[in-house]
Order: sequence, then structure tokens, then C-alpha cells
Amino acid sequence: MSAAPISKAISVRDIARDFTAGQQTIRVLHDIDIDVHSGELTYIVGESGSGKTTLISIMCGILYPTEGTVRVFDTDIYHLSDTELVEFRLNNIGFIFQQYNLIPAIDAASNAAVPLIAQGMDRHEARERAVAMMDKLNIADQADKLPNQLSGGQQQRVAIARALVHEPRLVVCDEPTAALDARSGRRVMDLLREVAVDEDRACIIVTHDNRVFDLADRILVLEDGRVTHDGAEMPEDH
Amino acid sequence: MIWIAIRMLTGDRQKFYGLLFGIAFSTLLITQQLTIFVNLLERGASGVYNVSSADVWVMDPVSRTTDVAYAMPSTALDKVRGVSGVEWAVPHIRATAAVRTKDGDLEGVAIIGVDDATLIGLPKRMIEGSPDVLSQPDSVIIDDVGMTRMFPDQSPIGERLELNDQRAVVRGIADAIPSFTSTVVLYTKYSQALNYVPGTRNRLSFVLVGKADDVSAQQLVDRIEAQTGLRARTREQFAGDGVDFIIENTGIPLNFGITVMLGFIVGVAIVGLTFSLFIRDNIKQFGALKAIGVSNGRIARMVAAQAGMVGMVGYGLGVLGTVGFIHAFSGDPTFKGFYIPWQIPLISLVAIVLIIALTGWLSLRTVLKTEPAAVFR
Repeated sequence: MSAAPISKAISVRDIARDFTAGQQTIRVLHDIDIDVHSGELTYIVGESGSGKTTLISIMCGILYPTEGTVRVFDTDIYHLSDTELVEFRLNNIGFIFQQYNLIPAIDAASNAAVPLIAQGMDRHEARERAVAMMDKLNIADQADKLPNQLSGGQQQRVAIARALVHEPRLVVCDEPTAALDARSGRRVMDLLREVAVDEDRACIIVTHDNRVFDLADRILVLEDGRVTHDGAEMPEDH
Repeated sequence: MIWIAIRMLTGDRQKFYGLLFGIAFSTLLITQQLTIFVNLLERGASGVYNVSSADVWVMDPVSRTTDVAYAMPSTALDKVRGVSGVEWAVPHIRATAAVRTKDGDLEGVAIIGVDDATLIGLPKRMIEGSPDVLSQPDSVIIDDVGMTRMFPDQSPIGERLELNDQRAVVRGIADAIPSFTSTVVLYTKYSQALNYVPGTRNRLSFVLVGKADDVSAQQLVDRIEAQTGLRARTREQFAGDGVDFIIENTGIPLNFGITVMLGFIVGVAIVGLTFSLFIRDNIKQFGALKAIGVSNGRIARMVAAQAGMVGMVGYGLGVLGTVGFIHAFSGDPTFKGFYIPWQIPLISLVAIVLIIALTGWLSLRTVLKTEPAAVFR
């Protein structure tokens, strides 16, 4: 479906993750071994509670695993100091959230420019770059609007612009179509496929939206904290 | 990122104005109440400040303030004049009396008798007339509190009063600092005052002293006390005695202290509640920023900028409100001469910084505790 993967973006080895609830410790991920490559659009799918959100959080460096190692672009991210890890995320990872999480008080372009501003770029220059990215996503004409003046699909495209504006090597999306109707969801996923995936970038999407499974290069199925399927298509029994 | 923080803050207008109101109200309450408190305290020294030419006040050893004085025999004046370093010494009488107005009303007044020859003891400035009017028979000069209270909407000049069965004619209006109790004051010559005040053997309240150039006020105080057995105070000491008397003998410090404390508590409550609501409303955005790669240090600076901005603007509005209040009431003799000592805005600034630091820190804790992974849940 896309160009052949050219390099290993993420290497997950023997990952386990426990959560404590009262006196009880629950293991939500068991011995996960995954490699994700640049140039791939990888889906992580599974039922609610299967551990997919926990797994993606660990893979992008925002949740420490209980056991195991995660190497992102050859960096053992959980051996970085807190400051280095934050810096690593800022420079290498783009995030797309289910609820967009745009800042309501600033316009769409400024929202899209947030990672560049956080990197220290001048605000006006960052905004120009964000508008250019929004142009690629066909929403440059909405640059001056506040998030509450945009539709759900438009807000998600602003969130995609924010995830890509600083040209990260890894893009992580959490249920990007969950808050959208079928048509808007499909359009957003087509756009992601078109813009986010290239040979220098890996894109991981957590979803349970079976309407967009056909766009994936690779699908990982999680069940009860274990990877039960790893292939280009969904297994037939799902 | 600071720009984003400020926009986040100002974008939520309801909470932004709520925060500004909280800080401004707190500042106003603290600054205004402290200002009134300090100015009222200083009224305890108004009797001293109104007599600008006296370097030293001499009195009976039991006298404490200009209003709490025990009369001395008239020979005290000669004793003081005999002390070396005394350039001049004049008698001064302060007493209370009841005055009957031409309408038949009774008003408690303070009678101040000043030296017949030099008129030392009168306030420096006059609103109407000149000090010389006291040379005319039965003359009194009324202060502006008396003018407003006893002669509203009319000029008191030429009005007749009855004091201790004696006639008194108002011939001038003094520009004096009101006393702590805002009592009406009538100034007259010492000899005339003796007629207006019901007679006792000793009448002399104070001896006002001017020092020679070659001696300090404190040295002169020591000499007078050593040689006469009377109590002597420098102008500054006696002014301080008046202030101390109010502090020690009234509930004013406690009452104002409670109000100032309430201002602080109201500030903490309103600002704390509104700020934590604001942070809670934006917790997802802060979480997203943390996930994206904004460090805790930067988040802390963002929250600090938000708190700082609210604090600065709210404080400015509060101080302006106090200035407006003082200005608006400056025409009322009760508030006459009220000013805002520079220390008071500084004290309220410290209070506001404390409020902001406390509430900002509490809100920041919520943000810092938020795990970036929470945005995926």
C-alpha cells in the first residue's frame, strides 16, 4: 500500500505494565515485543480494556513501563532523564488526540503552531509555518478561526497540522475518528494516510473503527494485554 | 508559551474577570482599610501637627496627649522660660466646653487658647479670614469640621455662639487637621479662652516652646524636665504619644486588623476557587502540552505568568480604587488630609503576592500531578 519500510522506528522489547488499584496490582500488558518501521501506517486495535492506550502511551514516552525497554529511533527513551525525555518527545513525536485538545482561546493556526513555539521558534514565524501545513490539509482558510468556530472534522485537521508542523519522525494518534461521523472520519484518515506517512516517518494509530482498517499497512491486535495478531489485514474472526 | 498562557487566561473572560475582581477587591479592602487606619491613628497627633512652630511641648507629668492633659499652675510658664536654650515659651490651653448655637442646639467643642501676643498655637493656614481677627472682642476661629457640622450650607463668619454664658463671634475659619474624634474646635486667645472654659484654679494645659539654635530639641527636653520637674516632649515624641494612646486605648487596631485579614481571606477564597476552576477547565490542554513536550518548568512558568498577570492588573485596579475612594471623600472634613502612605500599597502588594503565590501553587500542583498519559484516557 505504501513505499517499503526503510528503517526501524520503534523497538519494544518485553514490555509489561502494572496498575495498582487499592491493594490489587493488575498487569495490563504482558511481554509485548513489537517493531514499528518508518513508512508504515500501523494500527493498534482491540476491545476496550485490551491495553492499546497503555501500549501507545508507553511507545511514545509518556508512560513508564513496569518492565522492558522501548527504543525510539535508537534511543532507549526510558533511560533518558525526565528533561531529556520531554525534549525528545517535543522534537520527535507528533500527537493527535481523540478530543483534539486544542486550546480554545487561540486561533487554529496558533494551535497548530504550538510545537514550534514550544521549541522556541518566534511566534509569527511558527504561525506562518503552521498556516503552510494547514494549507496542505486544505484548511488554511480556517487559520484565523477559534476552535469553537470549526466543525469536528476541521478541528481534527488542525490537530493533525499541530502533530506534523514540526516534522516529527513519529506520529501517534489516539482514536482520531472517534468523535467524527463516518464521512468526516474517513476523510481525516485519508488525509493522515496521505500527509503523515512518508519514508522518514512512522505513524501509529489506535483505533477500533473498522471502517478505516483498509488504510493500514499493518494491524496489531491486542487482547487482554497481549498482541494476538500482527499482519497487513485484520484476522477474519474479528 | 507565555503568550499562549496569557491568551488561555484572557480567553475565558468569565473566570478572568472573576480573578481580577477577587484580586482588586482584596487589594481595595486591604489598602483602603489600612489607609483609613493609619490616617485615623495620625489624627491622634493632629493637635501637635496643627501647631507647627513648637519644638517642645511641656506639660504636667501625668498628661499624655493633647486631649488628655492635666492643667498646670500658670507659674509653670515662668519656670520653663527660665531654662537655658528656650528661645520662647507661650501658654496654651486646651479644654472642652458646650456651645449653644443661635438655633439653640448644643454642641460639644474643644476650646484652644493660643498666646495673646504671638498667636502661636493656631493652625498655619486659614480657609477664611486671618489670625489677626482674634484681636477683635469675643473672637473665635472655627475649624472646617465645625463649619460643616454647625453651619451647613452657610458661612459661619459673623455667627454668634454662647460659651459658658459668654458671647463668641466666629470671625475666621482655620484649615486644621481634624482630631481623632472629629470634635469641633474653636480657637481663641488664651485670655479669652479662660472666660469660655469653666473656671478651675489651674488652667494652663501646655507650654509651647521654641528652642534656641544651639540646642537640640531632645537636649532641651532633658533640661526642662531636669530643671522644672514637668514633662517635656519633642514635637515628634508628642505626636507619637497621641498615636500610641489610640493604639493602646481603643479597639481600632483590632477592628481594622480583622478587616484587613478578611480582605486577605476573601482574596484567597475568590482567587483560589476561580483559579483552580480555570486550571481544572484547562487541564486537558495542559496535559496535551505536557504530552507534546512542554516541560513542567515551562508549565510552571505559564501558570506563574497567568497568576502574575491577574495579580498585577487586579492589584493596579485595587490601588486605583483606593485612590479613587480617598479622592472622592477628600471634600468631607472627616477624611480631610487623608493620604496613602507609600508603605501601604507595598503591604497590600506583599499580601497580593502571597495570595497569588498560594493559589497559583495550589493550582499548579494539579497541573504538575497530571500525567501526560491522561490525555489518552
